[in-house]
Amino acid sequence: MEKLTNRSVQVNRNPMTISERAYIPSILKGLSITLGHIFKKKATVSYPEEKRPFSPVFRGLHILNRDEEGKERCTACGLCALACPAEAITMEAAERKPGEENLYREEKYAAKYEINMLRCIFCGYCEEACPKDAIYLTETVMPSNYTRKSFIYKKDDLLIPNTNKQG
Amino acid sequence: MLLLQIDTALIIEKAILISVILMGSLGVAMYATWAERKVAAIMQDRLGPNRAGPFGLFQPLADGLKLFFKEEIIPDRSTRFIFILGPCLAMLTATMTSAVLPWGPDVEMFGRTVSLQVADINIGILFVFGVVSLGVYGVMLGGWASNNKFSLLSSIRAASQAISYELAMGISLIALLMMTGSLSLKDIVEQQHGFWHDGYFTWNFFKQPLGFFIFLICAFAELNRAPFDLPECESELNMGYHQEYSSMKLGFYLFAEYINMFISSAIISTLFFGGYNFPFMDKVQAAVPGGVFALACVGALMTKVVCMILFFMFIRWTLPRFRYDQLMKLGWRTLIPLALVNMLVTGAVILFTMENPKPSEKKTTEQIETELKKAQAYNGKVN
Repeated sequence: MEKLTNRSVQVNRNPMTISERAYIPSILKGLSITLGHIFKKKATVSYPEEKRPFSPVFRGLHILNRDEEGKERCTACGLCALACPAEAITMEAAERKPGEENLYREEKYAAKYEINMLRCIFCGYCEEACPKDAIYLTETVMPSNYTRKSFIYKKDDLLIPNTNKQG
Repeated sequence: MLLLQIDTALIIEKAILISVILMGSLGVAMYATWAERKVAAIMQDRLGPNRAGPFGLFQPLADGLKLFFKEEIIPDRSTRFIFILGPCLAMLTATMTSAVLPWGPDVEMFGRTVSLQVADINIGILFVFGVVSLGVYGVMLGGWASNNKFSLLSSIRAASQAISYELAMGISLIALLMMTGSLSLKDIVEQQHGFWHDGYFTWNFFKQPLGFFIFLICAFAELNRAPFDLPECESELNMGYHQEYSSMKLGFYLFAEYINMFISSAIISTLFFGGYNFPFMDKVQAAVPGGVFALACVGALMTKVVCMILFFMFIRWTLPRFRYDQLMKLGWRTLIPLALVNMLVTGAVILFTMENPKPSEKKTTEQIETELKKAQAYNGKVN
């Protein structure tokens, strides 16, 4: 058969020579290899102190965004829930009452907004589907927890803090 | 009548020395576990333990604490007494050998000469051999009492390995003992005084390189360390003889291995690398007070021991384990004949150079003279 690459090497089946059977040269060779590894760069990243950079397209935990005046952008249209392949998002819509104009941008808003992080596959389709630029995936890795319940993120967990109110 | 010379001060002195040596060897063994993990990590391009304290220095404490808090399980079908006796024996024999090792020269302290050696018995090296061969009982009893096929298999392996390699070890040492003419470790060390004398090295390593080599290989095998760690090979016998052990009993077995490593490093340094002797020691002795000189000597010995321990680790993380038939072949068909040849050649060389005695032999006659004088003086006192 014709060789596909030049990388194959014939296995050497000759009986061992005296120097090979004495085993000492090969031990010295092995020792020199391990000795060399002492001075090599360590592969370890000491995690909490030192973090590896994420790729620019990394998709982590979701946030619900606000507009420039600190009003919630989400209008509970349900497109994100529709786009979600894992069916992780549920929401309940409510109508904005008079006097709440500084809280919600439009007449309809999400009274409840939940993402089940155990179902979520972090595909980012919700981000793509949103017509109001309300939901984004951040670079935060989902933290671990002890109960299943704690993985259902409520609106309070998702909504970014209102910086306008504080300032 | 030497026995009558024992007084309270001597007992106190020996008690302090014994506890220091015991604590020291435990401490060294403790940090040997840490060093082992560090060395392994560094050779595999990792960092190793670094969370507990600076550089992970509290790691051995954490390990020990963990072992103490683990649930202690004794199998129902085990022979209970022997099961408990196993690790005790392993620990006992590991710590017993340090008694005959000279850790430093004599020191003048509080108006008396304090010897930095627990017992200068004239059969020191035989004592070491005896205790080392007792060590196999710990493994054997543990494996047997566990009532487990794998443990038994592994302890049989351990016993046969120890027996096979003790032979070669003994024969390789006979060659050395023919040159030193003494079994006392103190004498052997004092013959290797300094580093260079009469145009040749004084250390036995340079006089008996092949003997050292055989002794070293046998020491690896006796310690059950890689590449001879067949008794506890994780991959075939799942931990071997201590598979049924848990909690601190397991800890004792593992710890005994590290103490053994420390002690055997000390023995190798004593026999072949001049013990507490170091180059230019006479000039140092003339320059500094006696206590400092003794400390320097102990430091020199410890440096050699640490280098030896690191070498043990270096080998462990380099070489793969031997197959069992290879192990036996190496022991019986290579090392024993080699040791025999070494013994014969050494004997012949000593025989043909008898006429003009070597500096080492000159020294022994000097020693005999001083001993004679001492005895005469003692007799004079008694009379």
